[in-house]
Order: sequence, then C-alpha cells, then structure tokens
Amino acid sequence: MQVSVYRYNPDVDEVPQMRDMSVDLPEGKDLMVLDVLELLKGQDPTLSYRRSCREGVCGSDGINMNGKNGLACITPVSEVVKRGKLVLRPLPGLPVVRDLVVDMTQFYRQFEKVQPYLINDQPPPAQERLQSPEQRAELDGLYECILCACCSTACPSFWWNPDKFIGPAGLLQAYRFLADSRDSATAERLSKLDDPFSVFRCRGIMNCVSVCPKGLNPTRAIGKIRSMLLHQGT
Amino acid sequence: MEFDGVIVGGGGAGLRASLQLAQSGLKTAVISKVFPTRSHTVSAQGGITCAIGSDDPDDDWRWHMYDTVKGSDYIGDQDAIEYMCSEGPQAVFELEHMGMPFSRTETGRIYQRPFGGQSKDFGKGGQATRTCAAADRTGHALLHTLYQANLKARTTFLNEWFAVDLVKNQDGVVVGVIAIEIETGEVVYVASKATVLTTGGAGRIYASTTNALMNTGDGIGMALRAGLAVQDIEMWQFHPTGIAGVGILVTEACRGEGGYLINKDGERFMERYAPTAKDLAGRDVVARSMIIELLEGRGCGPEGDYLMLKLDHLGADVLNSRLPGILELSRTFAHVDPIKEPIPVEPTCHYVMGGIPTQVNGQALTQDAAGNDQPVEGLYAAGEVACVSVHGANRLGGNSLLDLIVFGRAAGQRIEEQMRGGVSYRDASDSDLEAALSRLNRWNTSAGGEAVADLRKELQNTMQVNFGVFRTERNMREGIKQLAELRERIGTAHLSDKSNAFNTARMEALELDNLLEVAEATAIVAEERRESRGAHARDDYQERDDDNWLCHSMYFPADKRVGKRSVNFEPKTVDAFQPMERKY
Repeated sequence: MQVSVYRYNPDVDEVPQMRDMSVDLPEGKDLMVLDVLELLKGQDPTLSYRRSCREGVCGSDGINMNGKNGLACITPVSEVVKRGKLVLRPLPGLPVVRDLVVDMTQFYRQFEKVQPYLINDQPPPAQERLQSPEQRAELDGLYECILCACCSTACPSFWWNPDKFIGPAGLLQAYRFLADSRDSATAERLSKLDDPFSVFRCRGIMNCVSVCPKGLNPTRAIGKIRSMLLHQGT
Repeated sequence: MEFDGVIVGGGGAGLRASLQLAQSGLKTAVISKVFPTRSHTVSAQGGITCAIGSDDPDDDWRWHMYDTVKGSDYIGDQDAIEYMCSEGPQAVFELEHMGMPFSRTETGRIYQRPFGGQSKDFGKGGQATRTCAAADRTGHALLHTLYQANLKARTTFLNEWFAVDLVKNQDGVVVGVIAIEIETGEVVYVASKATVLTTGGAGRIYASTTNALMNTGDGIGMALRAGLAVQDIEMWQFHPTGIAGVGILVTEACRGEGGYLINKDGERFMERYAPTAKDLAGRDVVARSMIIELLEGRGCGPEGDYLMLKLDHLGADVLNSRLPGILELSRTFAHVDPIKEPIPVEPTCHYVMGGIPTQVNGQALTQDAAGNDQPVEGLYAAGEVACVSVHGANRLGGNSLLDLIVFGRAAGQRIEEQMRGGVSYRDASDSDLEAALSRLNRWNTSAGGEAVADLRKELQNTMQVNFGVFRTERNMREGIKQLAELRERIGTAHLSDKSNAFNTARMEALELDNLLEVAEATAIVAEERRESRGAHARDDYQERDDDNWLCHSMYFPADKRVGKRSVNFEPKTVDAFQPMERKY
C-alpha cells in the first residue's frame, strides 16, 4: 500500500513535505492505521508521532487520515484508505513540532480556561456527596472525553480564533461541570463564558461530532451552554 | 531547576502524590513522558476495590484485608495491606469530593460491583460486592479527576519530559533526575529534595500484554541502574481476559456482572477448577485454568488457541450501562458484538506485583550487607513501580487503583512531614552527574549496530516463551542465557536518529534499556524461586514451599544476586492472618 506522510523535522528540513512510503500489509488482516505507522517506523525510525494505549482511551494518536481527524489506533485502514492510498497528516490548525506531532499548547490552554474541576464551597460530608442515577446520567456523553483534540482541530472557528474560542473539547468539559449536580459555581462559570468569542463563535457545523472517536456530541453541549447563557440574561 | 519534590510519572500514583504536595505549598513538579491524562491509569476499567459499605452497609475493611492477604498467597505485607484497606474509604471519598463521576446506586451512593477474590466475613460469607466503579471507565474517570484537581492546586507540570536516570551522590542520596525535554531535546538536571518514582508498570517486556506501548519499566530500570534492589520482581500477573491475538484488556467486571468463560464444548469450565468462586477466583487461578483447557485441547477456533467470554445472557441494557467500553473495544478489536456473541480471550500479561521495595509511607528501601532494611535517602516510590507490598504474589482486581491513591497520598504526606522538619538540597558532583548521563551519552555517540525495534521484539519473545503463566527450569535457563546475550547486543545497539526535536527513536532506545533491566531481573529471580506461589507457577516445583519461600525475593543488580526479605506479619490493629491453603 502507498502511504503519503507529512514529514517535517525542524533540525534538518527547511520546509515540510509529503513523502511517499510503501508498506506490505499482511493478508487477511485489517490493520489499524497505528499498525501501519509502526511498520513505517520500522523502515524509517526518524518518523515521529505520539502513541500509547493503542486502544482508543489515552488520546495520544489523533491525526488526520485521508482528510479526516481520528485516532490512528482504532481506525481500520479499510475505513479510510482511498484508491489504495493512505494520506497521513498532523491534526490541522495547530503548529507542527515534527512530522505528525503537533504543539497542543493552545488546545490545553482553552481546556484550562473553563476551570475543568469541580467547585463546591460547602465542606464535604464524611462520606461521598450523594447523586441520583438520573443526576449522574447527565454526565454521560461528557466525562468520557479523552482530550485527543480531534474535534477542536476539525473546527474552522477554532482554526480562526484558537486563542479566544474555547473550542468543542473545552466547551464539552465546561458543560460537564455545569451539568454536575455537585458543582455550585454555575453562575461564575457562565459569566466567564459570556462574551462574543468563548462560546458564540460556534457556528453549529458539527465537524466536531462527525470526527469524535468516542462518539461524543460537543455541539449539543455547546447548545446547552448557549441556552443557559440566554436564560441567565433574561 | 530545583524543587522540593519531583514526581516522576503522571499516572494515578504520581498525580495523587503531587496533589498532596502542591496543596501543602511545597515547590512540586511532575515529570511525565506523556501528557498526564494519557498515562496508563486511563486504561483501568473495572473499578477500585474498597469497603465503603455502599452495597452492603455491614462491609468491613478487615474482610477486604483478609481477601487481599489470601490473594497475595501470603507474601503481601500485612501492615501495608491493613493500611491500604483501612485508609481506602477516606481516599475514595476524597476522589468523589474532587468530582470523580462514579456510577451511582438508587440511593445516590457510589455503585459497587463484585470482583474476583472478594468475600464477606473472612471468606465464610460468600461473594462480596466491593469494587467501586465509574461504568467500565474507572481509570479514565480517576485519572482525569486527579489531573483536574492538580490544575486547581496549580501543580507544576513538566509534560512530555523523559526521565533518563536518577542522580545519586557520593553518600548514596538521591538528589534528583536527569531528564530530556522531548520537544526540544534539551537535557536538564532536575534537582530535588525528594524524588518520587511513580512510573507505573513494565508489561512491554512481554510480546502479549494489556499494557500501553509506553509501559517500559522506566522507574525500575532507573533504580536498578542506580544499584538499588528490587523486590518480588518475578511476580507477573496474567489477566485471564485479553482479547485473543491483540492483548486488549477485557475487564474482570464482565465476570463480576455475571459473564463467564466457556471452552469449545460450551462448558463453563471454571466450575471444575474453583467450585465456589468459579469465574471470580483469583486471577492467577483463572489464568492457569485457561491454559490447562488450551493444553488439553478444549480451546476454541481453528487453532484451538483461545477461550470465550460469554456476556450475551446479561442483556443489552446491563451491557450498555455497565460495560459500554467493553462493547466498543470488542467491536473494534475482536469484531464481535458481545450483546450477541462471546468474546475470544486469552491470558495476557497485565501487571507486575514486584518493584522498588518501600515502607508503608513510600520511603524506598534497600538492604545492607547483613540483610537489614536500609532507607534510600531522597527516594520514594508508589503505585505499580513500587512494592510496598500489598499484592504479594497475586494482585486482586480493583486493588491497583486503590494502591495508587492510598500510597500516592501516603508518600506525599511523608514528604510534607519531612520537609517541615527541614531538608536542604544536597549537592551532586560532576562525576555523579556524569554517571547519570552515561547511557544517554552512549546512545548519542553510537556509530553502528543493531536496530532498537528488532532487539525489543526479540526480548519480548524471549520473555513470552520462557516466563509465561507456567514456568520450567529448562525454559528459564534458556531465557536467562538469551537475555545475557541481548544485554551484550543492546549495549552496542545503534541510534541512527540523533536529532533533537521530538525524537521518539531516542525515547525508544532509552526504553529498551529499561525493558532489559526489568526482564533480566524477572528471569533471574523466577529461576531462583523454587516453588509455586500466586502468579509464579512452576511445573517442576508445583507446591507452595512455606518453609523456604514464605518471603519476599530481593534482586541485587550489582552482582545479580537473589536474596530474601521477611514478610510483615504484624498489622497494628488486627491479628495477623496465618498462611492457609488457598482455595476458591
């Protein structure tokens, strides 16, 4: 199979370039894209990418495969390869450190902005805080985020304003705490999001939903934050 | 760079320790080779075992202690197990207060499920339900919560920094680490008054493992190269249910929720091996039973090389709400839908019970010439890299996450206490630093030799073939010979890429050194322990030998010697549990 890989090593390359490589795929086995990367690295150890759990839970190997963001370790080659060719690029919109490794500083900064931790000023009880199964169910589809950045780097609003628009991943986490019955900082959280950029740069095009490897729906969470902000204003 | 406390490893143990230190106002940094939420704790699925009394208000931490001692095949230290089981509830409630999204019961308490090796009333009251869970993503929920709490506490993170080696001065005091900032390749001496190793496991010494690609035993490697001893390193847990062929973990919670294993005849074979606990016997017992089924020709598939985990009878509702992650993983990696069909599974390397010996408060230990415990000044360890020892010869499911938070916290508290008493930075001489830089320099100046990836593969195959679920003298001797050869070859292997920016080839070379240290220690001690106990099962010594081996093993790297250390039988508040025959 032909694989075209984005290559850039700041130590030696003046400019990035797409380089063609080829791999022999074992017959009768549908490899994951990460397996292909490992085969390529066997040929050329200088190829750099992040990876760890190889089962879709650590969020290290978000890359762009034939134009679509996803996790290399849980994406079967058969699902993305087009006309016998696989094109691998770093996640779009973030500075490239080397090859498929991007600088995620801006992404993490937006995540940190939403105060991604429980705030509850009451002294904790001796045991756990109680939460009904229904209240807990409000967190489903939110807490599972793995911070892989596939969504935010598929979002044109984030490409355009990575410093001011929180982006789908950060907003999903913002809503995760707004939705938590144990959190008491709703007003404070909303006031920090209440500006033209943080939330309202979302145009609802749902790129985030179509690429999320965990099947989460940031657009819906953003919609809920919007309506909380609007209700707060009335 | 100077810190009061440097924590090496950003998983559950590391983040719990750093949280403790950051909250106390000490100058703290976490060095992690990946962004912390990508640490392998994130892959833990089933839960955290702890007697919080949610499912059964009469549950008692002493029953949990009894189970853990029995599970360890009696070489877990009873003072440490007592501490873990009794402190556990407080540590779990703290996680909940930080916001951890536990699943809930109808009354709003933390949801608990049954897990293997659990009992009520000291083994006399039947199966207990003691494992606290956030669906089947408990590790993910725990790790993200701890990272969030650290953000709140403003911990300093050195993310994507790779720790190369400990810096030890002429007095034998650990005074920090040499680390590489991966993005730039810059090499930095990070000085500290207290260095905490929380680097996790080393499952990648085997070819088939549930462990992440980065679980290369970096902390154990660093300790061994610093001349420190490791304890019970021959004790490796094989998880009964890795997805056949790929090793992806399928949580024990599947069996806790009512799933069971079947062979090619559809027989629920665990009823023969463990009539009472059946599929919820200790992991070592289940893994061995599975291998016997395979060896006796009752495996499934064209090659008869795997067994089946049946879940479909639990119904779509239970599976969707309790085991959603398993449905995802099975569909992706085994191409089966557990709602309709069983999952092909095989025992797969999962966890190392051994590691750096520590006191209950996380202080690292070694032994002097007379065999007395000797603290290693400046060094602490917690979590899988450590051997405190609460797991002995076999860890119970759900006890790993508890270990992380209880002993991560304990190490933090201990360091806080010591810093209050006044500790000053101690110098490292140029020659101390040179010693810590020597292997990095070796790789950076390599001119030719074998490729890292090929040597790694060979090492993993050697371990897989010779040190698996069942071990024999002949295979182990062969394995030790091969590892000695591999040591020669790895010592002259080649790093072709010497560039600086995000050089993953260099990381993999440094990791290979660590894999070798762990593998060789495992091999040498495994051959020496002439008995079967817990996860260490020998064909040639099939019985447990309490007269000679009711003790920890100690491995001394300088002369590759195997020694012994006594097991603690002196818990503070209860009577010790005396060794009995271990039956499930």
